[in-house]
Amino acid sequence: MGKRSIVVLALVLVALAALAVPGESQAPIKIGVIEPLSGPVAASGNYVRMGAEIARDWLNAKGGIGGRKIDLLIEDNKSDPKEAASAAEKLIVRDKVPAIMGAWGSSMTLAAMPKLEEYGVPMVVETSSAASITKRGNPWIFRISPPSEMEALGLEQYVDKLGVKRVDFLAVNTDWGRGAITAFGDMLTKKGATVGAKEFMDQSATDMNAQITKIKATGGDTLFLTTAVEQITLVMKQAQEQRLGRKIVTTGGSSSPTQLIKQAGAAAEGSYHIVFFMPWFPESMPDGKLAKAFVDEWAKRGHPSEGLTEGFRGHDGIATIAEAIRVAGKDDPKAVREALWNVSLMGVNGPIKFDKDGPAGKESGQSRPSIFVVQIRDGKVALPDFLAKK
Amino acid sequence: MAELLQHLLNGLVLGGTYALLGIGLTLIFGLMNVVNFAHGEFYTLGAYVSFAALALAGIDFFAALVVAIVAGAALGWICEVLLLRPLRSESIDTTMLVMIGVWIAMQNAELLGWGGVAKSIPHPFPTAPLVLGPVAIAPLRLFVLVLAAALIAAAWLLTQKTKLGRAMRATFQDRDTAALMGVGIGRIHAATFAFGSGLAAAAGALLGPIFLVYPSMGDLASLKAFSVVILGGLGNLPGATLGGLLLGIAEELGAGYISSGYRDAVGFVIIILVLLLRPSGLFARQERIA
Repeated sequence: MGKRSIVVLALVLVALAALAVPGESQAPIKIGVIEPLSGPVAASGNYVRMGAEIARDWLNAKGGIGGRKIDLLIEDNKSDPKEAASAAEKLIVRDKVPAIMGAWGSSMTLAAMPKLEEYGVPMVVETSSAASITKRGNPWIFRISPPSEMEALGLEQYVDKLGVKRVDFLAVNTDWGRGAITAFGDMLTKKGATVGAKEFMDQSATDMNAQITKIKATGGDTLFLTTAVEQITLVMKQAQEQRLGRKIVTTGGSSSPTQLIKQAGAAAEGSYHIVFFMPWFPESMPDGKLAKAFVDEWAKRGHPSEGLTEGFRGHDGIATIAEAIRVAGKDDPKAVREALWNVSLMGVNGPIKFDKDGPAGKESGQSRPSIFVVQIRDGKVALPDFLAKK
Repeated sequence: MAELLQHLLNGLVLGGTYALLGIGLTLIFGLMNVVNFAHGEFYTLGAYVSFAALALAGIDFFAALVVAIVAGAALGWICEVLLLRPLRSESIDTTMLVMIGVWIAMQNAELLGWGGVAKSIPHPFPTAPLVLGPVAIAPLRLFVLVLAAALIAAAWLLTQKTKLGRAMRATFQDRDTAALMGVGIGRIHAATFAFGSGLAAAAGALLGPIFLVYPSMGDLASLKAFSVVILGGLGNLPGATLGGLLLGIAEELGAGYISSGYRDAVGFVIIILVLLLRPSGLFARQERIA
């Protein structure tokens, strides 16, 4: 080896070392995301991902956390609980993320939960509604979405105004759907309504005519519908085909009224929807400025407007995790979990702060999100008559 | 009573769609002895081609249906020539594995190309239902039922009454003898696979507007198609038709009068009973070929 090559080699080594050193201290902070990016509920999962990316970019534009950029590692759970569990394992073991956001559906979240406990990594739950998620005594769970009970309580004040006397239920046959029927059924029975049929549909089912025919025979006045927007579209179209003629109230906040207007058309007219974000009137949200900025950013990126009612969940979930990492001062799973108990921030939905829920000593965190009711009227999303300012 | 009639009508309409899925598969599975796991993907392909033709190219609903059938048949032909022809003398397991590969490849290609978000195919029919006494049916569903019946009849006439159909049946009964009688074996294999795939694509284009279009929609379709073929007997077109109707009505009545949570279970209980009691299918007239 000549003298010249030794010098070149030395230079290369020095250059490499120079590259490696700042890279080490400035390594990005990794946050894991598990969402259904394919399968029957893929639309919703993709919207949550888009919202999460907005939160990441906003945080990074402000310099990240302690000078370190945020990097999202996004895994597809294929709308399948088994995949959700293996995605969690992969994020934790291979990618060593300090916290995860996920996993949209209650069944997927419940399937991923044992992995969190096994490896000791916290997860912020952005969408799932099943009560059991925070009741199981998994101290690594922090939920920012309302469980069905909280949602039912939020609706209670409007039951008389909605004129719900005889109610039927149609729900997706998962932990979410079954939990929602129990929660809303209890609340409505307490309010003096009678409960008729309780019907279920498989998550991938496309023909719900049998259930609708059965519901039609009960002679009720209101149908409570709990599933994702794809199936809500199909149920509404098929209910119209069979002249069901019921007031429809959707629960769970995944009804995307904007998409229903597009895809179900007249079949969606008059229906009521429980939502956790009102992008149609951002100024009515707890933090109007943040809500407006989110809606504008969403439009600027060319994302479909029907995704906003899901997309905000991704933003709020990532904002919560980032705040916890900032409070903790390091991206270590244990420290992030401790910090999550102390975060207090304003999300697109409203204030986020965790209370203890579940068996003593192993409590999960549960925030108290804001809950809203909107109606589809004349092909537009509007506040229901009883809420609209006269 | 009105409820029962509506359930029966729903079951008939649903069963018609199952029958349409089943006849394409019974030709490929029953006659060619290829366990075609990709059948549902040709169904998905039909739905996406119809969506692309309608929403992107802007041609009308009925022309889009024809385009979908042609696309399905063409891809089926290519699939047979490239993948199945070299394996003709291999066992049924080998071709089954190849078709599982095709299934995975096609589904992921759809996911890559179209994304996971469901699409809705527009259609020209009024959404207000036709009211027939105590029952109601959407005009689009009635159209699908009628067209499914027409396609099933056409498939039956093709296999039973035409020279091509005779050549098909002869080929799959005894390939060597058929070849000696001057039947072009290669062409018959490709034509049968293309025909079955075209029928699956037709089902996708017809059912796409009723339901929604997304990459994994074919999984449920494959499952139902296999159920129908097993119920009706392999290679038996009238059997697949009756099997489809039976499955549709059984699921509908099971959901209506037992529990909607066990809707799919009702269908599979019937299939288990059929496999135990009449393993060659409910409507089998003869033993399985090959």
